[in-house]
Amino acid sequence: MLNLLQEMGKRGLGVFERLGRGCILFYNIIMGLHTLIPRFGLVVYQVYSVGVLSLIIIVVSGLFVGMVLGLQGYNTLVDFGAEESLGIVVALALVRELGPVVTALLFAGRAGSALTAEIGLMKATEQLSAMEMMAIDPIRRVMAPRFLAGFIAMPLLAAIFSAVGVIGGYFVAVGLVGVDEGAFWSQMQDAVDLYDDIYNGVIKSVVFGVVVTWIAIFEGSDAIPTSEGVSRATTRTVVHSALAVLGLDFVLTALMFGEI
Amino acid sequence: MTDDILVKTRDLCFKRGERVIFDGVDIDIRRGSVTGIMGPSGTGKTTLLRLIGGQLFPDQGTVHVDGENVHELNHGQLYQLRQRMGMLFQNGALLTDLNVYDNVAFPLREHTNLSESLIHKLVLMKLEAVGLRGARDLMPTELSGGMARRVALARAIALDPMMIMYDEPFTGQDPISMGVLVRLIRLLNDALGLTSIIVSHDIQETLSIADEIYLLSGGKVVARGSTDELNASKSEWAQQFLKGQPDGPVPFHYSAVDYADDLLNGHPGRAQSRV
Ligand SMILES: Nc1ncnc2c1ncn2[C@@H]1O[C@H](COP(=O)(O)OP(=O)(O)OP(=O)(O)O)[C@@H](O)[C@H]1O
Ligand SMILES: [Mg+2]
Repeated sequence: MLNLLQEMGKRGLGVFERLGRGCILFYNIIMGLHTLIPRFGLVVYQVYSVGVLSLIIIVVSGLFVGMVLGLQGYNTLVDFGAEESLGIVVALALVRELGPVVTALLFAGRAGSALTAEIGLMKATEQLSAMEMMAIDPIRRVMAPRFLAGFIAMPLLAAIFSAVGVIGGYFVAVGLVGVDEGAFWSQMQDAVDLYDDIYNGVIKSVVFGVVVTWIAIFEGSDAIPTSEGVSRATTRTVVHSALAVLGLDFVLTALMFGEI
Repeated sequence: MTDDILVKTRDLCFKRGERVIFDGVDIDIRRGSVTGIMGPSGTGKTTLLRLIGGQLFPDQGTVHVDGENVHELNHGQLYQLRQRMGMLFQNGALLTDLNVYDNVAFPLREHTNLSESLIHKLVLMKLEAVGLRGARDLMPTELSGGMARRVALARAIALDPMMIMYDEPFTGQDPISMGVLVRLIRLLNDALGLTSIIVSHDIQETLSIADEIYLLSGGKVVARGSTDELNASKSEWAQQFLKGQPDGPVPFHYSAVDYADDLLNGHPGRAQSRV
């Protein structure tokens, strides 16, 4: 019994210790961002590797999610004779929720896990140590550009996801089930509000981008420097990012749309 | 403070968990000298270099490099100091995503504003010195262990530091490149006025170039002196180590319970390997 309590206490302390280390890393990364100004090329390259290389999966998923939304929405709306509103359903669902959330989940799986594995391996092979001894701070040289790249890429990917999703919904609505094209677009334009919907969606995706990239970088730099350690860290990145994204999504949604 | 001693450790104590690695180590490394650090595997030679480089913190005692207490510097000052230190890692620690050329150019590009054409010349000079100019386009995974270490050496001297710490520079080198490396280390030291710290097990090579040698064992300095002093020394430690005898005060084994006892009563390992 005492052992159980002791074990629980140890675990609990461990969690807080990691959280503390994570916050210190976050602080150091933020403080290191200014060193990137003269060397923006580093960031551009990382935007390419976390962003551009994630494009295919984002576009394909967006298309299918949009098409499914179109079909499901139509099936429900047609019972009420409101199938003209399909554009609203598709656009709002994407911009407010599915765009940021699904993109963040895919981003965690595609780019986050890669970041963790890359940084974890650099640690395991002493490359980070070697950089430190060359007087090159790995937080500024390796982690800060990747963090900033995640911050930049995530909202863009979410926007692309939503846009492609809307097109997917349009194919189904207008092409497949025969909703009137004019009604589809005009109802959508009327109902989607720039501030309430678009801005809030962008805020969400920025928050998710920061959190996912932070988790990925932290897990990599905190990995036990062995093959098993790195593989566990990679798994943790995906799991923790997913939990964080879904949890934060609830909080943000409650704050943004709670009173509407 | 420009005294004669570049690196000075006083009463250095360091623990890994419960295991005491250093227990009061005093080391003085003179400017412009080549100092050999020797000792059985696992005594903490690599750890010592990391303490000097400020990557590990001692539990007690101080490390001064060039008059500055390494562990009291702030981030900026420590990085300033490290720019003047080169370190050759035991396994090379090359950046695996860059080829040989870019690895050597890396510290130059990070710390200087030299033009690419100048960097090109410098990199080729450093690679030529270690005999790998022809290997400039290879990736680190395409190098042998000994070649990787020579590339790492070229990288460590790229910025012309004031001191270089070599962690096992000779392991994995054939007799020819070994001879070249030994001469190169001495030459660099004398021509550029560097201070060199060599951690090595290769007794003859180290003795042949070191001005002073420290023998570490069991967390303490057990013998120090020049090659001649050590050879003439009556210290059992020194004699055993220099002659490579298995029996003597220097333990060959990592501390463990009694062998016979372990065989008879020890716990068997897990039946399945986890890999
Ligand atoms: N990360 C670590 N965690 C715990 N113990 C460690 C760690 N790294 C090294 N040690 C222990 O510290 C001791 C000294 O290690 P170190 O690498 O400094 O030895 P060394 O003298 O360089 O040996 P070698 O000549 O084989 O390279 C070893 O006994 C090792 O078990
Ligand atoms: Mg070592």
